[in-house]
Amino acid sequence: MTPHLEAYLMLSAALFAVGFLGVLIRRNTLVIYMCLELMLVAATLALVAFSRFNGTEDGDVFVFFILTVAAAEVAVGLAIIVALFRARQTVQVDELNSLKH
Amino acid sequence: MEQLAFTALSVLTLACALGVVLSKNAVNGAMCLLLCLAGIAGLFVQLHAYLLAFVLILVYAGAVVALFLFIIMLLDMQGGQPWRPRVASLVAGVVAAALLITGLDLLAVRGRIADAAPVGHSVGSSLKLYAYQLFTTYLLPVQVMGFLLLVAMLGVVVLSRRMAEPEDPR
Repeated sequence: MTPHLEAYLMLSAALFAVGFLGVLIRRNTLVIYMCLELMLVAATLALVAFSRFNGTEDGDVFVFFILTVAAAEVAVGLAIIVALFRARQTVQVDELNSLKH
Repeated sequence: MEQLAFTALSVLTLACALGVVLSKNAVNGAMCLLLCLAGIAGLFVQLHAYLLAFVLILVYAGAVVALFLFIIMLLDMQGGQPWRPRVASLVAGVVAAALLITGLDLLAVRGRIADAAPVGHSVGSSLKLYAYQLFTTYLLPVQVMGFLLLVAMLGVVVLSRRMAEPEDPR
């Protein structure tokens, strides 16, 4: 028997929550970025599951767009992190507090 | 059989996602992310989205994780201090994640979508349908995406060039 739509949605929610947890508790900018990617992928899983269970292809097409935006976002974000590291010699969010003081 | 595959893939995916969050070493985290994406690609195959599984492996595993590994090597973060979570942020994170899961699951249960069955024909497997959608209904988003990629490329070039100069001449 095939798994229910609900199972896919719960898995997607759990993945999203794990990524969210990582964003909240980690201090390393690169690891936070990886957790953000995890959240994006969790959302795509829900879209694909909805698309399959509704019999439309709109969700699948949206996942294409999400993948494109994610690729562009990763390139720009990592360039910013490298620039940050060159300017401040650290990628720990605790030490990046120029706006706070 | 299909249920068994789903259970195995979801356990693999969730375990690797936890590995990304909890691993001390950023390289191990990136490797866990790779495995997690492989699990998601397996789930996509189970949902008959073969092309998307292929694209996910190609773009994420081939480009994004490789880029992450390059940056981790470039920044050389191995000698840093070990990661230790603060109690307050740990509690806040766990509570927030639990609330998120509960809310989404309540939504899924209340929406009475548990008895939905997959439709007979699998649209996701047809490349022709994707192409048709992309070139008719979603033509404008495709063009905007192309422009976005151009902007991102130029942005990365500008960011890395400016930082390569030692001082601003002004």
